[in-house]
Amino acid sequence: MTSTILTSSQARSYAEFQQPLWRRMLFTREMAVYAALVAVMLVASLTVKNFAAPITATYLLLDVAAILLMALPMTLVITTGEIDLSVASVVGLSSVLTGVLYEAGLPFALAALLAIAAGAVAGSINGLLVTKVGLPSLAVTIGTLALFRGLAVGLLGTTAITSFPQEWRDLATSKIPGTPIPSVMILFGVLAVAFAVLLHFTPFGRGIYAIGQSKEAAHFSGVRVERTKLILFILSGAVAALAGVYYTLRYGSARGDNAMGLELGVIAAVLLGGVSIFGGRGALHGPIAGVLLIGVMASALRLANITSDVINVITGTLLILSVVSPSVLAWNSSRRARARARKEGSASG
Amino acid sequence: MTDSSAASRSGPTLVLDKVAKSFGQVVALKSGSLELENGSIHALIGENGAGKSTIVKIIAGLYQRDSGRFEYLGEPVDFTTTAQSKDAGIAVIYQEPTLFPDLSVTENIFMGRQPTLSMGRIDRKAMREETERLFEQLGVRVDPDHPTRGLSIADQQLVEIAKAISLDARVLIMDEPTAALSGVEVERLFAVARGLRDEGRALMFISHRFDEVFALCDTVTVMRDGEYIATSAIAETSVDALVRQMVGRDVTNMFPKEVAEIGEVAMSVEGLTRTGVFHDVSFEVRSGEILALAGLVGAGRSEIVRAAFGVDPYDEGTVTVAGARLRPGDPSAAMAHGVALIPEDRRKQGAVLESGIARNITLATRGRLARGGLIWNALENDSAQEWASRLEVKATALDTLAGTLSGGNQQKVVIAKWLATEPRVLIVDEPTRGIDVGTKAEVHRLLSDLAGQGLAIITISSELPEVLGMADRVLVVHEGRITGEFSREEATPEAVMHAATHKLEDVR
Repeated sequence: MTSTILTSSQARSYAEFQQPLWRRMLFTREMAVYAALVAVMLVASLTVKNFAAPITATYLLLDVAAILLMALPMTLVITTGEIDLSVASVVGLSSVLTGVLYEAGLPFALAALLAIAAGAVAGSINGLLVTKVGLPSLAVTIGTLALFRGLAVGLLGTTAITSFPQEWRDLATSKIPGTPIPSVMILFGVLAVAFAVLLHFTPFGRGIYAIGQSKEAAHFSGVRVERTKLILFILSGAVAALAGVYYTLRYGSARGDNAMGLELGVIAAVLLGGVSIFGGRGALHGPIAGVLLIGVMASALRLANITSDVINVITGTLLILSVVSPSVLAWNSSRRARARARKEGSASG
Repeated sequence: MTDSSAASRSGPTLVLDKVAKSFGQVVALKSGSLELENGSIHALIGENGAGKSTIVKIIAGLYQRDSGRFEYLGEPVDFTTTAQSKDAGIAVIYQEPTLFPDLSVTENIFMGRQPTLSMGRIDRKAMREETERLFEQLGVRVDPDHPTRGLSIADQQLVEIAKAISLDARVLIMDEPTAALSGVEVERLFAVARGLRDEGRALMFISHRFDEVFALCDTVTVMRDGEYIATSAIAETSVDALVRQMVGRDVTNMFPKEVAEIGEVAMSVEGLTRTGVFHDVSFEVRSGEILALAGLVGAGRSEIVRAAFGVDPYDEGTVTVAGARLRPGDPSAAMAHGVALIPEDRRKQGAVLESGIARNITLATRGRLARGGLIWNALENDSAQEWASRLEVKATALDTLAGTLSGGNQQKVVIAKWLATEPRVLIVDEPTRGIDVGTKAEVHRLLSDLAGQGLAIITISSELPEVLGMADRVLVVHEGRITGEFSREEATPEAVMHAATHKLEDVR
């Protein structure tokens, strides 16, 4: 008997994809968020006074830049099925460290670098507790959320450090010449490309999805599950600390309670952007649209003189809808299929 | 027991006639027909993708048929939920029991319908007594207070059966219940099944093992490609006839191990120990050789190879591949030295079900495929195209999710993933579990071919004919120790089974 396996004599060939490119691009969760973003921007431009002004875009982007930065590593962390709730506390800790080190006489750049390194250490604490001790990241990072915030407030008390060099402060709030876009978006753009490449175009990124979809199968396929998670927690800590340096300069103030509660905004935007809380699903451009959508809505409502409580209610509702809608759609389509099957069954039977 | 008209009514209990089911353009079942009689065990056999599971799901109310006739107790029925079929007295026992692991056996049996005392308190005593009575009726011993987490799959199935009986099920459908059971456990399950048949219930049994079909069943229905082929009384058919009906052709040689040149030692394991799991395990495998690890389910065979590959830790011993000692607990180190493991549990450990075929096939080679550290779809698809076609994976597109493939095709995807790593040592754990006869023969031929190309192969199988047909050498594992080693000539069923069921001292 001749072998039919391992010979190309009877080679089958497969389509690369089940659906054409435009369908795969168009009918995605991410595109729906981008569509919503465009729609909200259009409606707000037409109905809200001053929304269409370039200065609105500048302030909007300055406001969301820290969240945008943190959303990048958070997307990767959540794709592995983990979560990092400590990011906003790392922002606070990094802000305080930058301030304290600068006041102690270090050059600002060195103080900022040391704060970012401290952020990486904070991230590695999360990562080691999750991977080596084996605790769930939800519990670990709730703990370190309190721990890092406590350290931040403890270091500086209720005072604030505001004596930062003016040229650095100006840099943080400056615009790309000739545009209303803040310069910090260049930093974000570079990091966004780096994280997109890491997630979507490296073997490491393939491992991230495999871990999120089936940790066990990934482990059996030689994916270094623990090492991958540790690296992502360190990245999350370092980028959160970078966001902390930006936050300090943007508001010209290092305080222990900087960015308090911001982690929820980051996670909400990532989930809104189509990343599955259970891991294994999502793409980096989704959360970016998620952050911008929430930012644009908040900005438009604020310009329309609607209070921040109402804004919170609206973003919360939006988040719930976005998490619920996929399952409602799935439920509805299966219900329709069943009804159709019943009709055909009774017609033929 | 069954007090209704069912017992007195003549004619089949359950009838499916030319039932069809499609999902979009995919036809899962073209024309399925089946008649289950009271007091009879009916086998349903066919290759993977023949439509057996679809029939089970239609009977269970999980799917609704598109057309055809479905009658139960002489009445046409339309089950739209699993609760409806359960209420009607149809119970389905799946290969993987679906129990609540932290609840006791008793609590599982009465889940959702606990007997109550006044003020809604649960009557634990009545529940426990009823459970004991059920197990007595079934003639088996299972501790009613034990949480189901620690129970073997065989015991969990018995709990499911007890639950079905307590619901007074008239029809019991068992979907590959024996796939994960050892010989003794299969016998016990069969005794229970025969008892239920003699009580007048209708049973349906799905299996890929012919010896079991012949040992247990009264009638057999064969399906192929979603269509009904034939129903025959067991006494009037033969394995050859059934295989012909199943594949539509003769399968001349199920275990075609060809002679290959046995070369250098490819992998050697020395004194491998994991406390409480396996002890002082030593063996070596040479290139061109197929080494089989035989033994009962739970003897520790899978644990040994998992530790050798690095997915599980071990306490003592060494694993050496081509002169290099492997770092313990690191599968990627084993892979770098040319070791591949096709694991036992295809759905959990082998394939990433939510991922496409291409991403699955390239998961273990993604580092090698990358150019300058980067990887993209085209690179993966080229490699996946080649390996999927070599293994003749049945699918239309490379981004088809692995979870939507049949068991045999999933296994081919997993095999493709590991062959793509171009291993020197290939470890296969239950390579043919739950896959159809045609694919089984293909896998056997593939292993033989690979050995011929100089790979060292370690295979684990619970099917003795497979072990004896394929292996150049058989190692028998009993309770975590190697209790026998047989060459191809020495390995008789009796010798292997004796070593598999006795401690070392008794064997020698």
